[in-house]
Amino acid sequence: MDNSKASKKTIIDRIWDFFASIKLAAVIFSLIALSSIIGTIIEQGGEAEKNLQVLTKLFGASLAPSIYRISESLGFMDMYHSWWFMFFLVMFTANLVICSIERLPNRLKAVRQPLKPLPLEKFGSYAIKNEIRIKTEPSGLKDSLRNAIKQIGFNAREVSENGTTQFYSQKGAFGRLGVYATHLSIILILLGAVIGVFFGFNGFLNLPEGYTSEVAYSRKGGTAHPLGFSIKCIDFDVEYYKDKDMPKDYKSWLEVIKDGRIVKKQMIEVNSPLRYGGYTFYQSSYGMMPNPQGVFILKAISKSGKEKIVNTGLNGTFTIPGTKIKGEITDFSPALAFRKDGSTFTYNQMMTNPAIKISFTNSGKKLYSGWLLKRYPQTWDLPEGNRVEFIDYWGAQYTGLQVRKDPGVWLVYLGCLIMSAGLYSAFFVSHKKIWVALLPDGKKGSKILIAATVNKNRLSFERNIDKLTSILTKQA
Amino acid sequence: MGSSEFYGIATLGYITAMIVYITYLVVKIEGIGKFATSITVLSFVSQTIAFMLRWVEAVQAGSRSLWRPPISDLYESIIFFVWCLILGYLIIEFKYKNRSLGAFVTPIAGLALAFIEMSGMSKSIEPLVPALQSNWLLAHVTMSFVAYSTFALSFATGLMYLIVNTGKKTEPAYIFWTVTLSILVVLLVAMGIDFLSFRVMASSQQEFIKSYLLKASFANPSTGIAVLSWVIAIGFTLIVWNYGYALKKILLSFNLTPGILDEITYKAIAIGFPVFTLGGLIFGAIWADQAWGVYWSWDPKETWTLITWFCYAFYLHARFMRGWRGNKVAIAAVLGFVAVIFTYLGVNLLLSGLHSYGEM
Repeated sequence: MDNSKASKKTIIDRIWDFFASIKLAAVIFSLIALSSIIGTIIEQGGEAEKNLQVLTKLFGASLAPSIYRISESLGFMDMYHSWWFMFFLVMFTANLVICSIERLPNRLKAVRQPLKPLPLEKFGSYAIKNEIRIKTEPSGLKDSLRNAIKQIGFNAREVSENGTTQFYSQKGAFGRLGVYATHLSIILILLGAVIGVFFGFNGFLNLPEGYTSEVAYSRKGGTAHPLGFSIKCIDFDVEYYKDKDMPKDYKSWLEVIKDGRIVKKQMIEVNSPLRYGGYTFYQSSYGMMPNPQGVFILKAISKSGKEKIVNTGLNGTFTIPGTKIKGEITDFSPALAFRKDGSTFTYNQMMTNPAIKISFTNSGKKLYSGWLLKRYPQTWDLPEGNRVEFIDYWGAQYTGLQVRKDPGVWLVYLGCLIMSAGLYSAFFVSHKKIWVALLPDGKKGSKILIAATVNKNRLSFERNIDKLTSILTKQA
Repeated sequence: MGSSEFYGIATLGYITAMIVYITYLVVKIEGIGKFATSITVLSFVSQTIAFMLRWVEAVQAGSRSLWRPPISDLYESIIFFVWCLILGYLIIEFKYKNRSLGAFVTPIAGLALAFIEMSGMSKSIEPLVPALQSNWLLAHVTMSFVAYSTFALSFATGLMYLIVNTGKKTEPAYIFWTVTLSILVVLLVAMGIDFLSFRVMASSQQEFIKSYLLKASFANPSTGIAVLSWVIAIGFTLIVWNYGYALKKILLSFNLTPGILDEITYKAIAIGFPVFTLGGLIFGAIWADQAWGVYWSWDPKETWTLITWFCYAFYLHARFMRGWRGNKVAIAAVLGFVAVIFTYLGVNLLLSGLHSYGEM
């Protein structure tokens, strides 16, 4: 471009051109990618000590502190929220929007433009072409030609002029818009993310069994955030893989209470949250909480089949129905293990293998004592044929809930949907155009000219055209 | 026979196929090429059987439900990657009737399998923690690995493109491919030495459990051996750089034109990119949203997935908008797969190593 032409451009034109350039896109792509790499090396929002250690590993002990100070002042410790990373994202969005606006109108015009018949002399200049001669008059071929075109999937328009008939049709023109749908979807996702950041809430709530809360706590600073309703944890339970301490599933039974009424009751587990009033409660963790008021729930069953549910605490007693056998809970372990010599110990505080020790007496006479393990029903049978089932130790665990409100998430999902459709049409829908001319050839014959173009997946379209040719030659 | 025996046969088969394909490339005897294809097909069948058996074994052991195919831990996913890669390769070999590509694709499979052996990762069937029991995750993992394998194919063809399309030793693209190819070969050989010195000769169980990746060469406790390894590696790179044109002659004799290679590279990425976007990014985000309540949290894995996505988005835009056909886009395709490897392995090995207090 020469100078005289450039000087005629206004400032706004220049800014526009700057943003519409694909070169800028390449620069922003690289900037985002390269700075992101740094963000994966330095742990984001991590402890200072930890990151200092990482830098020491990379640069040595003498350089690490000053590098740490510099990176900290540039916001690298929380870089995805730093002003300059936001600036990259804004530039990225502006570039994407303006690039699309710049190119979309022409593309739209091209897509909307109806296909026109092709002048006969141009048939030879197309990449996909064919010529067939058939010894039948054109008038006798018209219908079968129309059908053959239909058979390969085109609904052709038809125009007749000076004894020449032309069929023409196009398919998949919208595929050319797929790339713009993809661009739009990225903008929607970013917009949804921005809404989420400004109007959303991200917090947690550790709720012990039996407790109710009207607030959740923010991830940033832990301030209480009123929910506008209460949430109660009725019960919490962990299911383990057989003979392993690896949790298979953990579940909370929750109740939503508003204005004193229970409005929702739901069991949640990992991958299946509870939603209410714009908030979503995810099962994210659990833990144990020492609680002197914890309740052991047992089921005592006599040899003759009489049953009784027992709710009691540590040092509580119960009798097996229909007998004089009395049990007293003398000890509890959240995770019981046996040593080789038969003595017991507690191997963690996480309720991985809860057990209670019960001493049994018969009319005051001491019988025996032993451990009942919640996860191992074979420990529930007593020597006389009676049975005590250890159902739950309630009130000693809390459920860890992730609480989130994100009014932008639907936009993100919509963006994902449009992106899928956009990518599909951009990569897998090809824009096919076909023209077929039928003209007389000699006295009693006809000539069929075929021309076609396609913007991708040419091989399969060529096979289609071959099919058309073979249908026509067979009929002749 | 159980799944591990069939996996063993497949691993041995792929590594043999790799050697035979490379031999075929050098001696160009049609029979050897057919032999290479037969070994590959047989190994593929064996691997497919192993996959089915492992699925059945996991269900019978009670540690997985019927709807969880064995693609959920590191070991299973790398195996699945190799399976997809070989399937993709066999399709291309069949379509383009050209076996020379095998000499470039099978080493990638070989590297992946050697990595499994060397890194000491667990091969046992582990039960799934609750967060992993999700259909979104299943779709996410499956599609990611389908995409990764198409990217691996585009890496191979991209590299071959550079080989046939460069000539001058001072050309940046020439230097780029010679260095990349050398790294690939050096890594493969180093892992082979690891295998021989540790798998075959290691005596104590302790050594098996500890990772011995590159411990026989670059990461050797003895400084002398480590330095020697570097010297040999650099020397090898220089040799490749000096005699690289010979490889170009060989490839050209197989009728591999830059046009065909560019086409395969593009087609692989054109399939991989949408699958990767949908499966890797979108399904991953949906799963994270369901499991953790955050669809995007800038954790290293997510960020590297995004970086990979940018690489291939760059490739596509460069090819279409700027009309780059040639060395530049081929380099982008090669670098894209480097980003893929880092997303999958580097994040787990290097970054988690950095973030932990102990040594890797």
